[in-house]
Amino acid sequence: MGQTLVEKIISLHTDNPVKAGELVIARVDVTAVQDGTGPLTVQEFKKLGKEKLFNPQRTILFIDHASPSPRKELSNTHTVLRDFAKEYGAFLSEVGQGVCHQRLVESFVNPGEILIGADSHTCTSGALGAFATGMGSTDVAVGMALGKTWLKVPQTFKIVVNGKFKAGISAKDLMLHIIGTLGADGATYKALEFTGETIDNMEMAERFTLANMAVEAGAKCGLFVADDKTRNYLKEKGREDKFKQILPDKDAYYERVINIDASQIDYTVSCPHTVDNTKLATELSDIKVDQVYVGTCTNGRIEDLRIVGNILKGNKVNDDVRMLICPASKDVYLKALDEGLIKTFVEANATILPPGCGPCVGVHAGTLADGEVCLTTQNRNFQGRMGNTQGSIYLSSPYVAAYTALRGYISTK
Amino acid sequence: MKGKAFKFGDNISTDHIAPGRLFHLRSNLQEFSKHVLEDADPDFAKNMRKGDFVVAGKNFGLGSSREHAPQIIKIAGVSAVIAKSFARIFYRNAINIGLLAIECDTDAIDAGDELDLDIQKGILKDLTNGAIMQIEPLPPVMIQLLNDGGLVEHIKKNGDFKLV
Repeated sequence: MGQTLVEKIISLHTDNPVKAGELVIARVDVTAVQDGTGPLTVQEFKKLGKEKLFNPQRTILFIDHASPSPRKELSNTHTVLRDFAKEYGAFLSEVGQGVCHQRLVESFVNPGEILIGADSHTCTSGALGAFATGMGSTDVAVGMALGKTWLKVPQTFKIVVNGKFKAGISAKDLMLHIIGTLGADGATYKALEFTGETIDNMEMAERFTLANMAVEAGAKCGLFVADDKTRNYLKEKGREDKFKQILPDKDAYYERVINIDASQIDYTVSCPHTVDNTKLATELSDIKVDQVYVGTCTNGRIEDLRIVGNILKGNKVNDDVRMLICPASKDVYLKALDEGLIKTFVEANATILPPGCGPCVGVHAGTLADGEVCLTTQNRNFQGRMGNTQGSIYLSSPYVAAYTALRGYISTK
Repeated sequence: MKGKAFKFGDNISTDHIAPGRLFHLRSNLQEFSKHVLEDADPDFAKNMRKGDFVVAGKNFGLGSSREHAPQIIKIAGVSAVIAKSFARIFYRNAINIGLLAIECDTDAIDAGDELDLDIQKGILKDLTNGAIMQIEPLPPVMIQLLNDGGLVEHIKKNGDFKLV
């Protein structure tokens, strides 16, 4: 029996080839934390009594969740991360540099590697052909100290997507459709391996969106075979030499194979308060919206901002809507400036937020009022997610978000 | 172990357990624990007593990797979370920090029932209505970690992983 992609990648990090179901100790290439989980990681790391990080250059601390800090308690936790990075030689990604998952794919993670991160959306890096998974602070603390972690090798669901999206439809619609079909726990503990002609033709930005949301179906990771698109992405980021293609075996065992026809996917929206509560956007045209948020590790990339820019150009955001736009990283921000997108957004009366998580985590910069409705390009709509249990959150693609901002109701045109 | 059941539904997220709006309390877990599960049941922290059980439906703990979620359940004094199923990261975090996470069909349990959990025998008894439930056995790796007092203690004791 051959190996799936995730079995192949994990096998490169163990002494013996692995198969699904086995418990293994695997070498870890990159460890990451953010300002929400990092301070607890630092505390647990210190309990371990290790004097050094296993691999300081590839231990990354991100300040992105409450960034810049809205209150002194959080400022103090940022200090904990800054001091730790200095003392142990870890890499610190400061305020304004961007969301950890975007920064990780831009600068830190390579095909064939293993990343463990203390953030559930760590699975984003799987789009590069890496095994990337979210864990808690303690697991990552141990990974930082020992350069390894324990894993149960997951079974794989193969998601085969063929056909061409209709105009305006994107990976976000596809992923919301997949989660709506599988359910919020439909892929718990599984790896999702994305393949098919639609995936082959898809740019990295959209692959990141798919991998990012694997966890919303409960999955441990979402992965893609690294190909020419991956190579070009790495080349653009100055590390083409890190390209490596690992292919699953033809006779690999897949627990489930899910076939999807991309041409059948329509504008899809997750309704409150779970990601799997999906409906077609056209069924929601009577939902009045108070705030629209474009950004996050799911859809805050330059490709997403271009879609929004095309729709907003020369138009004004609806008078009853506040529109917030947050580039996922400094690099994305600079590109958006160069391309005139920021000007378009500001002229349309949108508010630009500094690169980071923005209001997605409910800490600052766009907390909802009681009874308010937000449509957002983020990945989660749990009750209270954006700082108020009395708010309602709908998830969509950047395309739907842009039209909704103009119309004031959930809209696709 | 005996205690009262506090009943919750399916898909209780880490936002229900440890809300993002209280992000600043992550550096003060004692204080944070006074708000545990607040967004699912505002009175839970006030009404529960040390040793009581959190009883839930499927996919308990979905969402964020925040380890503060199991931490504040433990600090509040909950003896175990009993659910039909758990989200992956929450389950792993719970065991890593020494919080019992038990898989079991919870349909027969009503809010306020007195429960008796016997881990050795793998039996959960509802003393109020007489129901007797078989719990799912914990995976060996989890038993090992729990016996060592969590992942940090396991590594301190062995200097390395000693799980396989």
